Amino acid sequence: MRRLSTWLLLGPGVFWLGAFFAVPMLLVLAASVMPRGVYGGVEPGFTLEHYRRFLDPLYLHVLGRTVVWAGSATAACLLLGYPVAWVIARSRRHRQLLLLLIVLPFWTSFLVRTFAMIFLLRDTGLINSLLLGAGLIRAPLTLLYTPFAVLLGLVYGFLPFMVLPIYASLEKLDPALLEAAEGLGARPVARFFTVILPLSLPGVIAGSLLVFVPALGSFVTSDLLGGAKQVMIGNLVQNQFTTARNWPFGSAASFAVMALVLVAVGLSIRWRDRGADGEPAA
Amino acid sequence: MKRLVWWVAGLVYLLLHLPVLVLVVFSFNASKYSVRWTGFTLDWYRRLAEREDLWRGLRASLIVGASSTLLATVFGTLLALALARRRFAGRRALEGLLYLPIVTPEIVAGISLLVLFVAIGAPLGLGTITIAHVAFNIAFVAVVVRARLAGMDQSLEEAAMTLGADELTAFRTVTVPLLWPGILAGALLAFTMSFDDYVITSLVSGPGSSTLPIVVYSMVRRNVEPTVNAISTLILVVTSLVIWGANRLLRERPLATARG
Repeated sequence: MRRLSTWLLLGPGVFWLGAFFAVPMLLVLAASVMPRGVYGGVEPGFTLEHYRRFLDPLYLHVLGRTVVWAGSATAACLLLGYPVAWVIARSRRHRQLLLLLIVLPFWTSFLVRTFAMIFLLRDTGLINSLLLGAGLIRAPLTLLYTPFAVLLGLVYGFLPFMVLPIYASLEKLDPALLEAAEGLGARPVARFFTVILPLSLPGVIAGSLLVFVPALGSFVTSDLLGGAKQVMIGNLVQNQFTTARNWPFGSAASFAVMALVLVAVGLSIRWRDRGADGEPAA
Repeated sequence: MKRLVWWVAGLVYLLLHLPVLVLVVFSFNASKYSVRWTGFTLDWYRRLAEREDLWRGLRASLIVGASSTLLATVFGTLLALALARRRFAGRRALEGLLYLPIVTPEIVAGISLLVLFVAIGAPLGLGTITIAHVAFNIAFVAVVVRARLAGMDQSLEEAAMTLGADELTAFRTVTVPLLWPGILAGALLAFTMSFDDYVITSLVSGPGSSTLPIVVYSMVRRNVEPTVNAISTLILVVTSLVIWGANRLLRERPLATARG
């Protein structure tokens, strides 16, 4: 009997991911602790100066801004996305259509969607034109190249990632539980905080992770909507490898992003597991 | 309370779809600088046709998209099969590690590949872009196909083998047809991500190997002409057609397999 060897199945994929994902990451790790070469490359040796450089207020600020913006974007997505997930889960007739409209942006070019934001926000953009035309403002508001624009772009870009997991956990929620809570006299707000929210927590955690992680590493949004002043860590990394030509520092910066991402993933796994422990066995 | 929830939901749907709709509408606007509607025109589309760099970018994107999708789909599917159907040392670890490329920020993956290519002296171009796209797509394909395999009845393959098919025949005549929707979904995801990727591509591309997103990115950064609206609209139309076509294929497939 001919049997497909396990190695034949594993081989190509494992080789590719090893050679073009794992090895490059190790190279970056190595570069991050090596002295900087004259032309931007690296020289043999060992140093921690590139990580120390992060203690410089300038870079700490970039790091802090990245975490704060990614966190704010996650919070905004949660506040906006939860009601949407609830509406979809409750709807009977239009559920498929409502879901489709949430999934659709996934398949829409991120670049096109970012440009759509620029088209609305810039000085001669639609929002300013409408406001000027209505006589509400005299001079165009500066909307583009502001923290507001970046935040809006992040929310716009990643909101579907928040809605879908929350919807998935709300959909499984047994309506009898809500009726029971109501029967026992719980008001709507109490029902939400004691029954609905705890039971949808896995969805909230998964959604938050799915928004927070790409927001941490975002580059396009902050580059196109934030301009030169609103640099996030992703832009810092890119800059070190292109114009600044300081590869070791860029490598250290990219490991800082990676560390943040892994901490976020680790925390979400812990919270999820703790949530599972706290729940009564169903 | 209930009303507030509905308002927020409505607002979100507007936020998600209005910007793109506005963009499309104004690709037909005659005025070049203002967003006041001054009449219908197809001028911006005509101007697109004259732009050599866009056509070259489209060609590069299609070449990279097709070849990287093919490789990533084959490798990712095989990987998913091994993870779902075989026992081997380190299987659980591999399953966990597979999520690493998915959570890694594109900028990090991109610069690490750049470091590798420079270290080994590989010339940057369509080749390095394709290699990079395969690398970030394998994990996505594997996860999608793996999910499909988890919901698939293994007894059908066992039945085929009991009836005398060897593993390769069972694989070809039973597993692949059943798995087809999953494979196609994975390939579709891979192609869309490859076709849309800017960050990684820009880092590992060389002179003369600009893909469509790279050309469009520089257009977006530089000027505010409605030609950008026009190219955006075309990209939207093409991706919608691909998704729609794939959906139809997915829907028809179960009948085809039942007949075959």
